[in-house]
Amino acid sequence: MTTLLRFRPERLRELSLVAVIAVAVFIFSLLIDNYLGGSFFNRVTTSLAITAVLAAGQTLVILTRNIDLSVGSIVGVTAYVTGEYLHGHPDNAPMLAVAYAIAIGAGLGLLNGTLVAYARVPAIIVTLGTLAIYRTWLINHSDSRTITSDGLPDWVVDLPNSTLFSFGAWDIRTVVAGTVVLILVLQLMLGGLKWGRWVYAVGSNPDAARQAAVPVERVVLGAFVASGALAGLAGFLFLSRFGTITVNAGNGLELQSVAAAVVGGVNIFGGSGTVVGSLLGALLVNLLDLSLLRVPGLSEFWRDAVLGVLILAAVAVDFLVGRRLGRLATRARGRPAAGVPPPTQGAVDA
Amino acid sequence: MRDKALQRRWELFLLVVLAAVFCVNVSLSEFYLREQNFINMFQLSIEKLIVVVIMTFVIVNGEIDLSVASVMAFSACVLATLHRDTAVPFELAVVIALAAGVVAGLLQGAFVALMGLPSLVVTLAGLIGFRGAGRILVEDNSIGDFPEWFESLGQEPLVGRFSFALILFAVLIVVAGIVLHRTAFGRSVFVIGNNANVARYSGLNVARDKLLIMTASGFFAGLAGVLFASRLGSVRGDLATGFELDIITIVLLGGVSIFGGSGTMVGVALSILVVLNIRNGLGLGNIDQNTQTGVIGVLLILAVLVPNLVARVARSSQVRRVGEPSPPDHAGGGDTRQREPDLHPTQE
Repeated sequence: MTTLLRFRPERLRELSLVAVIAVAVFIFSLLIDNYLGGSFFNRVTTSLAITAVLAAGQTLVILTRNIDLSVGSIVGVTAYVTGEYLHGHPDNAPMLAVAYAIAIGAGLGLLNGTLVAYARVPAIIVTLGTLAIYRTWLINHSDSRTITSDGLPDWVVDLPNSTLFSFGAWDIRTVVAGTVVLILVLQLMLGGLKWGRWVYAVGSNPDAARQAAVPVERVVLGAFVASGALAGLAGFLFLSRFGTITVNAGNGLELQSVAAAVVGGVNIFGGSGTVVGSLLGALLVNLLDLSLLRVPGLSEFWRDAVLGVLILAAVAVDFLVGRRLGRLATRARGRPAAGVPPPTQGAVDA
Repeated sequence: MRDKALQRRWELFLLVVLAAVFCVNVSLSEFYLREQNFINMFQLSIEKLIVVVIMTFVIVNGEIDLSVASVMAFSACVLATLHRDTAVPFELAVVIALAAGVVAGLLQGAFVALMGLPSLVVTLAGLIGFRGAGRILVEDNSIGDFPEWFESLGQEPLVGRFSFALILFAVLIVVAGIVLHRTAFGRSVFVIGNNANVARYSGLNVARDKLLIMTASGFFAGLAGVLFASRLGSVRGDLATGFELDIITIVLLGGVSIFGGSGTMVGVALSILVVLNIRNGLGLGNIDQNTQTGVIGVLLILAVLVPNLVARVARSSQVRRVGEPSPPDHAGGGDTRQREPDLHPTQE
């Protein structure tokens, strides 16, 4: 136990999540034939890319003690609009299309962020509103036309299947590798840059952060713009993965991204959690989602119910373990550990 | 005191909006003023309105329940499955379906109130899980053929022109308003929502009240689901999908603080009228459902934005005159989830 306590608490949470994922893979591999084969690995990792990118953006926002419920609609809008752009300009440089998607996402995030940070409207109200507004705009704009993969350039359609390198049957897709690199960079920025420390400071205690001359408004605005930009990128990935984009594209992804972040140990009240954790959370949610589909004897109708139970279980266990670790760490070091929620209700009552 | 004045101003604001919407609607269509139009307006979203009433308690209490639409579907699916697959008398099946809602609420309430998990997360899992539980029961079928009395309960007027659900809602919102504003329990709902720690140290049984409210939320969601089934005459797994956003929007538009601890049932009632009349007017003006949703979204943001800006402008001119520092913002600050600096940000 003492060796474990030498790790930082957030690392411990990530490690425990890795253990949960390993156990889940082990159990499913007993239940499902050919579970560890290449095709399933590829399917999980490809669907992971979209959720993980969204969860990373959601994490940045949640860390500042806000929430972004509009990301599903931003994914829909950017996927659709970028599809239109590519239909119109199939010969332009690929980077332009990606930049286009990211810029639109960032613009939508900027609107969210301005309303939250400067107009001081609570994030849940702003993004609940823009969730509806962005989707409404898309539905009116689309005029019930659908983007199809026919008109898209080949490189977009081929992107999800392009492989960087392979371990035997396990292909590491370019998209997946890119996502992991992106998240690692974000993690390093959060941990290393002044901006990263500000994000945690604002989320831990906005008033104290203000007293310490942290530009709270700018940090919050930045988190929303980043979340929008990442949602734009996810929109592009969505377009390349599915090819066909209807006005319902990305519906419900906002809840999935919150679920991934929370399962990944990001505190819903801000100030603690990591982007790598949210990546692991996204992996677990995707893994369960896709694995449950293949368990023999378990009809597809069971999937959501089991997923709900598992999310709840993951959060409850994480919460209890986190609280226990927090107490142990406090005792071992004689001071509260960062990244662990302070003792709460139960502890007060006890 | 400040809070109360703000709330009055809020209700006044909603009243002005309502009057404006009313005038526009009257000029828009001759059908608007017909009695039947007003009844239809309520009748078409009566299940949501029933849940709005209990959601007010949940949010004032400082929690949120994202699972209500899924619990509605779950209860309706329980009812439909019992009706299709078993010989249970239909009346008993209704009771069991309502009990299913109670169990759903109790379960989530236990995690929130007893374990101290954030309700946002618990009910997010509930949103996915109870929808899934309903799906297990009905799969992708549509189940109908309910007894005659049950379908007419939802579709036919019971007294005069009013259906059972409409009368139930009218009674419910009045009783709920009295409970929230005129009883000791109602006071404790506010105190807990304001600051659960203070409430606990003041000797209030926070866990019990939270459990009670979450359970009631499950019950009323279940009831709304059963009523929805009786109005539609059939049940599918995707019943009421997405209702939670509409329901929460109406409550927040009613001036209930998302951080808990403030709001009035009068405000929520006005908000119901505003939303229904806007949707009705847009409908009469042949504007599609989708745009109506967008308009409500804009309204939700403006509803908090405008008073904030007005307050800020008023304050800055005051500061220039008096040269005193300004009081805090109305919405509690956009970047803070809780209304005051709190040393224990993980608290409910």
